[in-house]
Amino acid sequence: MTDATAPKGDDTRADAPARNQWWDVWDQFKTHKGAMFGAAFFIIVILAVYLGPYFWTIDPTYIDIRARNSGPTLAHPFGTDQLGRDMLARMMAGGQTSISVGLTAMALALILGTLVGVLAGYFKRIDGLLMRTTDLFLALPLLPLLLVMVMLFRQPLSASFGPETGIFILIVVAIGITSWMPTARIVRGDVLALKEREFVLAARSIGTRPGKMILRHILPNVMSPIMVSATLGIATAIITESALSFLGLGFPPDFPTWGRLLFDATDFMQQHPERVMWPGLAISLTVLSVNYMGDGLRDALDPRIRGL
Amino acid sequence: MLTYTIRRLMTAIPTLIFISLIIFLLLDMAPGDPTAQLPLTIPPEVREQIRQSLGLGEPVHIRYLLWLKQMVWSEPMFYLSQSTGWFDPPEVARLISWQTRAPVMDTIFERLPQTIKVVGLAYIVGVLIALPIGIISAYRQYSVFDQAGTFVSMIGFSIPPFFSGVLMIILFTVMMPNDSFFWFPSIYDTTLVVDSWETFGKQVRQMVLPVMVLALQTTAQISRFMRASMLDNLNQDYVRTARAKGMTESVVVLKHVLRNSMIPVITVIALGIPSIFGGAIITEQIFKVNGIGQFLIVSIQASDVPSVQTLTFIFAVLIVLFNLIADILYGILDPRIRYD
Amino acid sequence: MKLRTALMGATAAVAFAPMAFADGHEGERGRDGQLNIIYWQAPSTLNPYLSGGTKEVESASLILESLGRFDNDGQLLPWLAADIPTVENGGISEDLTSITWTLQEGIMWSDGTALTAADAVFTWQYCTAEGGGCAQASYFDGVSSVEAIDDLTIKITFDAPKPFPYTALVGAESPIIQAAQFADCLGAAAPTCVDANFGPIGTGPFVVDDFKANDVIQFSANENYRVAGQPAFSSVVFKGGGDAASAARSVLETGEFDYAWNLQIDPTVLADMESAGLGTVVTAFGTSVERLHLNQTNPSADLGDLRATAEGGAHPFLTNPVIGQAMSMAIDRELLVEIGYGAGGQATCNVLPAPAVYASTANDACLTQDIAGAIALLDGAGIVDSDGDGIREYEGTPLTVLYQTSTNAVRQDTQALVKQWWSEIGVNAELRNIDASVFFGGDPASPDTFQKFFADVEMYTNNFAGVDPEAYMANWACKEWPSPESQWQGSNMQRFCDPAYDALIDELATTAGIDARAEIVKQMNDMLMQSYTIIPLIHRGGVSAHANTLGGVKISDWDSELWNIAEWYRTE
Repeated sequence: MTDATAPKGDDTRADAPARNQWWDVWDQFKTHKGAMFGAAFFIIVILAVYLGPYFWTIDPTYIDIRARNSGPTLAHPFGTDQLGRDMLARMMAGGQTSISVGLTAMALALILGTLVGVLAGYFKRIDGLLMRTTDLFLALPLLPLLLVMVMLFRQPLSASFGPETGIFILIVVAIGITSWMPTARIVRGDVLALKEREFVLAARSIGTRPGKMILRHILPNVMSPIMVSATLGIATAIITESALSFLGLGFPPDFPTWGRLLFDATDFMQQHPERVMWPGLAISLTVLSVNYMGDGLRDALDPRIRGL
Repeated sequence: MLTYTIRRLMTAIPTLIFISLIIFLLLDMAPGDPTAQLPLTIPPEVREQIRQSLGLGEPVHIRYLLWLKQMVWSEPMFYLSQSTGWFDPPEVARLISWQTRAPVMDTIFERLPQTIKVVGLAYIVGVLIALPIGIISAYRQYSVFDQAGTFVSMIGFSIPPFFSGVLMIILFTVMMPNDSFFWFPSIYDTTLVVDSWETFGKQVRQMVLPVMVLALQTTAQISRFMRASMLDNLNQDYVRTARAKGMTESVVVLKHVLRNSMIPVITVIALGIPSIFGGAIITEQIFKVNGIGQFLIVSIQASDVPSVQTLTFIFAVLIVLFNLIADILYGILDPRIRYD
Repeated sequence: MKLRTALMGATAAVAFAPMAFADGHEGERGRDGQLNIIYWQAPSTLNPYLSGGTKEVESASLILESLGRFDNDGQLLPWLAADIPTVENGGISEDLTSITWTLQEGIMWSDGTALTAADAVFTWQYCTAEGGGCAQASYFDGVSSVEAIDDLTIKITFDAPKPFPYTALVGAESPIIQAAQFADCLGAAAPTCVDANFGPIGTGPFVVDDFKANDVIQFSANENYRVAGQPAFSSVVFKGGGDAASAARSVLETGEFDYAWNLQIDPTVLADMESAGLGTVVTAFGTSVERLHLNQTNPSADLGDLRATAEGGAHPFLTNPVIGQAMSMAIDRELLVEIGYGAGGQATCNVLPAPAVYASTANDACLTQDIAGAIALLDGAGIVDSDGDGIREYEGTPLTVLYQTSTNAVRQDTQALVKQWWSEIGVNAELRNIDASVFFGGDPASPDTFQKFFADVEMYTNNFAGVDPEAYMANWACKEWPSPESQWQGSNMQRFCDPAYDALIDELATTAGIDARAEIVKQMNDMLMQSYTIIPLIHRGGVSAHANTLGGVKISDWDSELWNIAEWYRTE
């Protein structure tokens, strides 16, 4: 897909050669209101969590015990937690971790799942082996697997990448390699059906090689389940991260993340409902905005719609 | 197709043995100890004796082979002799849990009904709600219904059950007056025997909250896949052809498009069925539905290797089985898919 | 009832008798219907010898009983026995090597057969049988024989003088089981007796109707129970599972249950639930102390296999008591109680805060936080921040500690608070939490166990069962260091070692008489405290809740919480 000279062959509008196909994609994406809205919101969230701390300078781990369990006030617009830590600062710090873990883990799972799914669906000879591997991963009990991973890799990773990056890699890999299987199964199912379709047969009959066939003809047609997996994957990754950290398999306990904040606040739901609301809303709306972006991207990548 | 099915079933056996070995090694490697939950007042020497009495003194391959023998030979033979009475149960000891010191399979059979009732029902409810939502959302893309469906299902999916479960309890058990029709118990009573309309009503009431929480997740997930897949197909040439041939809209959508859109949805549904058996760990914990999921998490926490191993193995069998069923269904839904 | 009241100690009798009569809750057995109890960790068996967990021991205490039980004041009451043997009444031999118990007359098992001394002898054989993996074997430590002198007389002989002989067959952890039922279940055969393990026949107020492992137990009143009119409840549902917050909610807010156990949740949340007016939170204090251990060996990862061992060398700075003292002074224990424990905790400066007779008062200065004092102490010792990064250095090593504990919301809050206080005195802490099944698991392959202690500071709670601290204080002997040679088994977590302390352990083992023993124990406690290798934080109690309609609850941390369930009743 990165090959800039390629479009000629299959793009029906090859008479406009100066335009990169990505411009078309972008034009189509722009017309999708939901997608633009989602993208704008997502960018705002990213800016808020990454640039926010420069304007709101309270340390998210600073304990002001006299101000504990405070509701929203001028000094603490989002209130404080049971130890008097500022919720706004914690939401921003937590967002950095949650969004980066969510996006990276989702991307890893998606790439792995799509790769396995496409290969298994397209090449009959490795289908059995790849799908049995998928079955194995589906069957592995998650918690012991994670415990073993942490036991084996925490020390070496911390030593070579520093404690924070080390744990980040560990968590992302742990979530990634335990959540790619549904994507793989779904993509494979679609590919099995696609490769018998007329346009694939046509492409094959003119001698299209497997690599190009997958990139040009198969992948664009399995985009929609992949996009759905991506949106659902981010939510799962954010929640799984909080479960890992809670079990002590993830970030240190004083390291806020959205999932963690939501979990900690659940006990206080009656007394301080705003405390569950902030992380709950942040996770839901981020997932929602990614979902709309995914919708728009899927439409934009679909040559049938784009051509209209 | 038949030869394919038979071939897949044959390869399933070595696959499952391999999976069970990997799981066993994984559990053996995992840190944790069956005596970890005992009070610290119990001295190390006693802990060591407990470990020895659990058979932990044996090397790992002996323990694995013993487990395999008990799982595929002793247990089936025991149940066969129990149910038919043709012969006495074999002499070999049954598979014993480290926590309860009782046969693992007995506990599983004791818990299976709750899990199937609650998680299974939630799954059926979830799928039944999800399919129409997905279809309508796709057919009327960007309508109010679609937007609302998207919004609710995304919120539903991104809110974890540890939160939605507690929220339900607070809304329907704590804040709701006790005598209201909308009051539901927060604790599932496993001792309830359904023998009259009244107890049946109780049983239904105590299933409402956990089923709601679980169905929300299923609905969100499956409706998204249904919608995306329908959208893909609605623009295809064959749909135009079908319409041009003068078919009614309902035939076009419900017969042609739906059938062609089912492949990813079938995959997702088939992936979900084994997890019914796996139970819903968090939801079962919150509502104290003492099902399989709760058994699994308690066993993992107690490092009860025989129980975890057995549960995971049964889970693996179901995964392999249902993925096979999904593969066969692909062939039925889309006759062009050929495996031979 | 009358008989036992008369035999009880004077204090107990005063506290006890008027209450039961004043409320006028006498009546026929089973008059109050069903009692609903929730334990958020569910019992997995009803044989406390096969599983030593608190949940199993306490649920079994409704059925199985022992010769004596400890009441809510830690006082030993005769239970199945007619009285408590002492040296004065001749029940304990002069040389302290044997104790002779006499059973009350006419006690029946729930199946209608008589309880005899032979059952007690069998219980000893059961727990000490080869290959049985008896979880309570330590209760029979030093017992060389248990004999039945006649049907009602049991003689327990020890292989050495035992100044505190009330261990075997005393307390909820070592009850008497029925010989007839468990006869074929000795040693390796123990797990095959599923029916017996799930439904032991006992002498207690209730019998098991149905047991679902890790789920629910249904009990009904024992028709052969020795006290007329008890228990007041005709049946008990003992539900398990869930989490502490939902268990508390089911008693205090929804009223679905009558009694909930072990409610360690945020005190403000618990207080809020209690204010709904349906139930009451009750606490009982035993010997549990939440403490910090300061590693005396070097846990640095650079040492490889020598981490946290004697060969790896001493810790670069925590062996200096001045640093430990400053770290202790910086902590506001009262605030920790307020934030995390509420009524379930008291600030303490002793690793042994109870029973009262053993509690030292020499270290109470730590009860008040003194950050300025801690700073002055470190400055005075020349431990200052020489490179301006806010962290002090000791002989060139910055005072940065890795502070680990098990995963638990209250512990993580405590960690965050302590980290901040330490940062105020120039000590930097990096926090880590570890899943409890790994942390307490003792798996020699895992680097994260509390025995290995591959960290500088660790926090957890320990206690001892019963009322005698001898075995507990012996935990800090030099030979108790966990090390690779002992598969990291050992109870001296912080690697404390002092020959003078070891000498006191030996002295205690041969000293009789409560006052003399208390003197030695206090001295040992103070030695530990002044070494600042261990920083006690909170004296923790058990927190439970009961419905306001439930009367007679007197929870004890010295025995099963449900020790007097036979006397519980429903108020109107």
